[in-house]
Amino acid sequence: MNDLRELYQDLIFDHYRQPRNYGPLEHANRKAEGYNPLCGDKISLAMIVKDGVISDIRFEGVGCAISTASASLMTESLKGKDEGEALNMLKDFQALVTGVAVPDAMGKLTVLAGVQAFPQRVKCATLAWHTMQAALKNTTEPVSTE
Amino acid sequence: MNAHTHSSLESDIKNHLNVQRWRHDFPILQTRLYGKTLVYLDNAATTQKPYTVMEAENHYYRYDNANVHRGIHTLSQRATEAFEYARVALQHLINAQYAHEIIFVRGTTEAINLVAQSYGRSRFKAGDEIIVSGMEHHSNIVPWQMLCKQVGAILRVIPVDDAGELDRNTYDALLCQRTKLVAITHVSNTLGTINPVKRMIDAAHAHHIPVLLDGAQAIAHLPVDVQDLDCDFYAFSGHKLYGPTGIGVLYGKSALLDDMPPYQGGGDMISSVSFEATTYNKLPYKFEAGTPNIAGVVGVGAAANYLNSIGFDAIVGHEQALLRYATELISEIPGLRIIGNASNKTGILSFVLQGLHPHDIGTFLDRQGIAVRTGHHCTMPLMERFGVPATVRASFALYNTISEVDKLAEAIYQVKEVFK
Repeated sequence: MNDLRELYQDLIFDHYRQPRNYGPLEHANRKAEGYNPLCGDKISLAMIVKDGVISDIRFEGVGCAISTASASLMTESLKGKDEGEALNMLKDFQALVTGVAVPDAMGKLTVLAGVQAFPQRVKCATLAWHTMQAALKNTTEPVSTE
Repeated sequence: MNAHTHSSLESDIKNHLNVQRWRHDFPILQTRLYGKTLVYLDNAATTQKPYTVMEAENHYYRYDNANVHRGIHTLSQRATEAFEYARVALQHLINAQYAHEIIFVRGTTEAINLVAQSYGRSRFKAGDEIIVSGMEHHSNIVPWQMLCKQVGAILRVIPVDDAGELDRNTYDALLCQRTKLVAITHVSNTLGTINPVKRMIDAAHAHHIPVLLDGAQAIAHLPVDVQDLDCDFYAFSGHKLYGPTGIGVLYGKSALLDDMPPYQGGGDMISSVSFEATTYNKLPYKFEAGTPNIAGVVGVGAAANYLNSIGFDAIVGHEQALLRYATELISEIPGLRIIGNASNKTGILSFVLQGLHPHDIGTFLDRQGIAVRTGHHCTMPLMERFGVPATVRASFALYNTISEVDKLAEAIYQVKEVFK
């Protein structure tokens, strides 16, 4: 049960029940859709990128606690970051949830480190991040975890 | 104590003893996970295997291994006998008229693809219609969509009502001169609905339309009699009837199979080959190109014998009792909605919990040692129909117990508490 508590920390529940930056974003210039066909999770991500900096970011969709909380936490941590920083954070986040490394300066995102004990749930945690990467490229094809 | 409760108590005790005996046949059920004994409720995905199946495969490799239908040597003869003996066991399981109506394939999916590409592709034309239902597994949708694209045929879909039953009137109205095939599931893998297939086959036959049944979810949970049903094709997988993976059966009526072109070319499916012309082998070998999954066939034959030895009266009685008990218990959980309330069901319980995603429930149950399936169960159109992205599905087999259902319900209450 300990790894369950590790996975479902209070901060995760908090962001699941009250996701931050949730809803449509007007004047967005970067958008992408993410989809996890295995669990039916769907996310729409929208950003305003000005001079290479993410000035605003919001998401909508349906998902499990892990994917929703991860998306919410991601939007909080990416606001104000430039594109290069965002992509580096994606790499760090992947390393964190797959247990490859414990990167420094992950802030609140470290709350998702518990995912590494649940390999089947890595896709839930990374869906929003892959969608963010696609949005930066302005990919029109929906991102799929499969 | 009156006579009724006395006999009901007696049957409860007998049932309990039966289940305990059956459980001993399945060594994996002793598995401990996270300090708990495994509660395996993902039987609609695949069933566990009894000793007799594992021993049959092992015995084959240890004592009889050789290629079939080829060698003159003793081992080849033994392998061929074991292989053909299994075919007869499968023939008896579904009461086919002839053993050569049992075609060994990889599974239900390959069986349906075989019919689509051999039967459908050689006969269907632009504008012809194929009827499926709104509760089909993707494996009874996609092969027909591929065929439709190839020949210009059209897919028609029987709608599913709120209880999870097929709309009878629409079905009757869909049957017409353009209809060339009805391909429907015997039992829904997501809802557990047992479709009234005998009546549906009669209705199709009145229009001279053949019917294929996807029997993947029925074969281990209902007595199947293809002659009584009068279905034209029946497809099922070995691994869902306590047999090995990678082996399945296509049953087809002899006359239909005889008229169909081969599905794949290769060895074993020919009588003679020259560079000018090839003569195909007779049934069933015409459809069994290449060296088959011999150990798998031996294993699934052992599984069929295992089911026959228990008998479907006992199996159906036990699984229906589990379903009734579980439905009642689970329905009492506040915020829980059962998806699929057909009046005639097998032991499949799909549900969603308000405010909780099936994946989170699945992870929590897993850490309690309880294996359930979460997701869309390869029935995405059906999920759309019920307006849910996914469900939790508990599916029962002959070795499941009332106490395991209690553990499931208890764990659902706990997960609700954790996520409150």
